[in-house]
Amino acid sequence: MARRSAPEVNAGSMADIAFLLLIFFLVTTTIETDSGISRKLPPPQEEDIVPPVLKEKNIFVVELNKNNDLLVEEAPMELKDLREAAIKFLDNGGGSGDEACKFCQGDRDPASSDNPTKAVISLRNNRETNYATYIAVQNELVAAYTTLRNREAQRLYGKSFVQMEKDLKDVNYSGSKISLKEDIKTIQFMFPEKLSEAEPKK
Amino acid sequence: MSKFKNKKSAQLPEISTASLPDIVFMLLFFFMVATVMRDDTLLVKNELPFANQVEKLDNKSLIMNIYAGKPSSRYKNIGTEARIQLNDKFSDVNDIKAFILAERASKREQLRAFLITSLRVDKDTNMGLVGDIKKELRKVQALKINYTTRTGEATDNFKP
Repeated sequence: MARRSAPEVNAGSMADIAFLLLIFFLVTTTIETDSGISRKLPPPQEEDIVPPVLKEKNIFVVELNKNNDLLVEEAPMELKDLREAAIKFLDNGGGSGDEACKFCQGDRDPASSDNPTKAVISLRNNRETNYATYIAVQNELVAAYTTLRNREAQRLYGKSFVQMEKDLKDVNYSGSKISLKEDIKTIQFMFPEKLSEAEPKK
Repeated sequence: MSKFKNKKSAQLPEISTASLPDIVFMLLFFFMVATVMRDDTLLVKNELPFANQVEKLDNKSLIMNIYAGKPSSRYKNIGTEARIQLNDKFSDVNDIKAFILAERASKREQLRAFLITSLRVDKDTNMGLVGDIKKELRKVQALKINYTTRTGEATDNFKP
């Protein structure tokens, strides 16, 4: 009796399937890009330099103690209220004459900041402060600036500041990038990020 | 004589493609395994905090990574004090200067002004160490820094 051989399965298409998978993986593997809060450190300073004199009311003191408690202007505060408080301080516009702020929508309280360009947020932390707490506070303070910048950008140029920055990076942006850059500069000038960090106390 | 004569020898034998899938699968696995997400092996615990006011770090080649955190469980013998990791090894605060200068020297001159230091610090680290790192960075004029975080609400940092 002749032995009947099993019919051969055509494996030719197997290569195609594997190639398809290979290409799928090659295309979809995006090496994840990191993101984070960008900051600029102050340049190193000589010892004998005299710090500029700032009015007490133009400084918004945020302090983190070693137990991770948040103290704003020497009063305890919850983290969720920090953004609101920072916005209120920056947008106050209590100055008059040369220091008046035309676009501020705050309370114009003479005891708080004169002008967003004058207002400084001073962040001080202890050596024992937890890094996560510090980042949370940084995040809220940056958010306060971004909120105000968005508001002004919306009013002046009809789109948010975040969108403007995104457009600047977008290669397919149709408008003029030079004027966009100017607009961004204008907004940044209205609300400069003046976030000073004091040396941590021992 | 005719018993050994192969009738098919006149035709060209077909080349078997059965092994082709194997080769392609091998390639596939190679790519799946070799795609590394991170260029440094982590020696420290590195659970990044959360933030939502973030900017993307697009150009990978312009990033200098400084890791900090408690030594991971494999390196318990070093202690539980938070440490700095530069280039696959534990380092001291004083090594940062040399590290930055070396990184800077390895880049093209036109790109040096755009270098960003990415601080990848574990969320349970004390600010003292971070302050020391920042002080060293200021000394070598590496002023552009990025607190690398995961994307999330600020309040996520306090969830256990």
